[in-house]
Amino acid sequence: MAESNNQSAETKLSDVHKRIKAAFETFDNAANNTVDVREIGTIIYSLGCFPSQADLHDFIAEVEEDHSGYIHLDRFLPAMTKVLLEHKFPPIPKDLLLQAFEVLDKDNKGYLEPEELTKYMTQEGEPFTQEEMEEMLTGLADHERNVIYYKDVINQLAIDPDM
Amino acid sequence: MGCGMGKSELQAALLIQRWYRQYVARLEMRRRCTWNIFQSIEYAGEQDQIKLYNFFGFLMDHFTPARNLISHIFRENEICRDIEWERYFCYKSIEVPESYTGPHLTFPMTFCGVSKLMEAFKHKQQLHARYVLQILGETWRLLRILPNINYVSVCHNQEITICGDLHGHLEDLLLIFYKNGLPSSEKPYVFNGDFVDRGKNSLEILLILFGFLLVYPNDVHLNRGNHEDHIVNLRYGFTKEILGKYRVHGKKILKLLQKIFSWLPLATVIDHKVLIVHGGISDMTDLNVIERVDRHRVREACWLGLITILSNVRILTSYDWFDGLVNSTDISIQIVDLLWSDPMPQNGCIPNEVRGGGCYWGPDVTEEVLERHNLQLLIRSHECKQDGYEFCHNRRVLTIFSASNYYEVGSNRGAYIRMGPDLVPHFIQYQASRTCRELTLTQSVGWTERSALRALREQLFVHKSDLISAFQEFDPNNTGMISLRHWASATETVLNLGLPWRMLRPQLVNSTKYGMVDYQQWIRELSITEPKLEISDTSILETMYKNHSNLETIFRIIDTDHSGSISFEEFRQTWKLLSSHLQTEISDEAIADLAQSIDFNKDGSIDINEFMEAFRLVDLSDVYFYLCSKFRPLVTLLHEGT
Repeated sequence: MAESNNQSAETKLSDVHKRIKAAFETFDNAANNTVDVREIGTIIYSLGCFPSQADLHDFIAEVEEDHSGYIHLDRFLPAMTKVLLEHKFPPIPKDLLLQAFEVLDKDNKGYLEPEELTKYMTQEGEPFTQEEMEEMLTGLADHERNVIYYKDVINQLAIDPDM
Repeated sequence: MGCGMGKSELQAALLIQRWYRQYVARLEMRRRCTWNIFQSIEYAGEQDQIKLYNFFGFLMDHFTPARNLISHIFRENEICRDIEWERYFCYKSIEVPESYTGPHLTFPMTFCGVSKLMEAFKHKQQLHARYVLQILGETWRLLRILPNINYVSVCHNQEITICGDLHGHLEDLLLIFYKNGLPSSEKPYVFNGDFVDRGKNSLEILLILFGFLLVYPNDVHLNRGNHEDHIVNLRYGFTKEILGKYRVHGKKILKLLQKIFSWLPLATVIDHKVLIVHGGISDMTDLNVIERVDRHRVREACWLGLITILSNVRILTSYDWFDGLVNSTDISIQIVDLLWSDPMPQNGCIPNEVRGGGCYWGPDVTEEVLERHNLQLLIRSHECKQDGYEFCHNRRVLTIFSASNYYEVGSNRGAYIRMGPDLVPHFIQYQASRTCRELTLTQSVGWTERSALRALREQLFVHKSDLISAFQEFDPNNTGMISLRHWASATETVLNLGLPWRMLRPQLVNSTKYGMVDYQQWIRELSITEPKLEISDTSILETMYKNHSNLETIFRIIDTDHSGSISFEEFRQTWKLLSSHLQTEISDEAIADLAQSIDFNKDGSIDINEFMEAFRLVDLSDVYFYLCSKFRPLVTLLHEGT
């Protein structure tokens, strides 16, 4: 019993390592096991995690080599493994997300105007840059009506990250 | 904190931001994976195929998005009508901010507009997305009415210029334009594909080429290359370039480019005798068939190549879309052949496995296809050549490649072809060199003047004996002296450069007495002061300034006080003078505009560098040759006026 548990734990660990390495390698341009620190967010997100910006900063502080701008796999791997095994930055459940949008949609219209969303995204929380905002609007707004039908968007983005 | 927003709003915003950032990151990961996939594909060989297989296998196992990713790459394009696309690509809602320092364009596109664009790109400015979409939109509209094959004739007294791969090397394109002149109705051009990828100015090249296409649609001909293909672009750098330069509108621009690429013509035929196509031919090539095809519907050539390789990777055969893709028509394959094939020394026609598309065709196929179509020469590009060009198949196939230093600095020269009505190709080779370019940009007045004078003196020295004979005709009494007027007239007769020698005289002739030239002495001085020809390699400097001498001469004509710069007033006066003799009216406004547009640092005067730059932009053939051809009457008039 114990043995099979250990085995599955080992396999699980090795799987996690493989996943982390594969994601890391995608951005390891020089094939020297380092990535630019600016890509770390993307890597962590792509592994199914949903850290906040603050979380990311903390993580990077832990693994970056003395502000060199690079992160080595040697330090990333154990840190990231821990994150994955402990489910540190779990995904956001759909209903919670829907609730969040509904909070912002004060008039209960079922959609958000671009200006409304912009106001919240660029002034609250961990604000978007203007670029990020423009991209979000371009990506999420309905082409014809130019509003964000958030319910549809949530479903759409969950399944297929396609624009 | 925000403007008095409650805690719940804050939490909600945080949540949404976190969620959206994750989404964007997944997209980025996708893009990167696609990138890596095609990077792996580039290399043939068993080892790499295994690597690819492993990579694919791993992706499939560990990334659920990967399955969608792969099917997304190969999914049939959405069938939208052009009208819907036009709306999507509309630039009108994009505002150009006050802070924008790049060029502003007006439409319809004009020669000045393209010149402005080139100038901006030389100064490393970026065109605003609004204008990019505008130019691309106009280009798309134009391309849709062009046929698959451009039939062109070379007029009497004209030559057509044919360029090969440019691959984002802006400096090479600018070099070609500098050496050869800008496109115009008198100077037709064919660009034989592969404008993008690898080099870092692919978009700039496209915008310039499209700009000229819009201004001179009958004289600029673009052939599609295998790199005018959005899937190839993913791997080879163009996609990255666009997305890097245009973070907000990059995707839209790429989409519109995708359409434009599919609408680029496939071939150009000159005088029904010379076929120009990017890759080459195959034993199946039939121009009559190609003429009638819906070229924009042809499936991406690269996909066929990818399939060839992936077909060895069995994990993919389970997908439905795979079979659909393999069922390509013969016509698609014919077009792929045009864009991807390479010549080989042996007879026959075999699939091109290195490229993954097109074929290798032999001399027998060349003969057969050329004869069947009553053609005499095939000009193609697609392969880098050490000297910029290369003949093969008994000189029936000519490869022309215009991106110098393609692999690395010093790897190869670029070349272009000039061809007159006799359809005999002449080659001009060059090599863009970074250091040289910097030098030219910061050229000092003294340097230019010296080299210009040097060039002129060389010319005079070379024609020594002829000059003496000509002078002696004006000096029947053998006094050894002739008037300035005669000196100018004789020099022009001999050298036939169409230069205003009277104006140049102070720079060239030291010994004058009372309006007379001691021509024997002068010839002797020429010999003494004739500078040793500098021995340099194909250094761009030497070549440029040898050709530049006449231009600099014009500048010196205008710079009457030799200050190294000319004021607006000098400029205006000189142009007024010229225009009154050139039988064309140039209004004060036009002159003022011209002066102002040349005064790049806006200090109210035009220094020699600016002027040189202006002439580089304002087409030599439009202005210079025009002026030179008019200088004869000017010279005559001036003589008469003495």
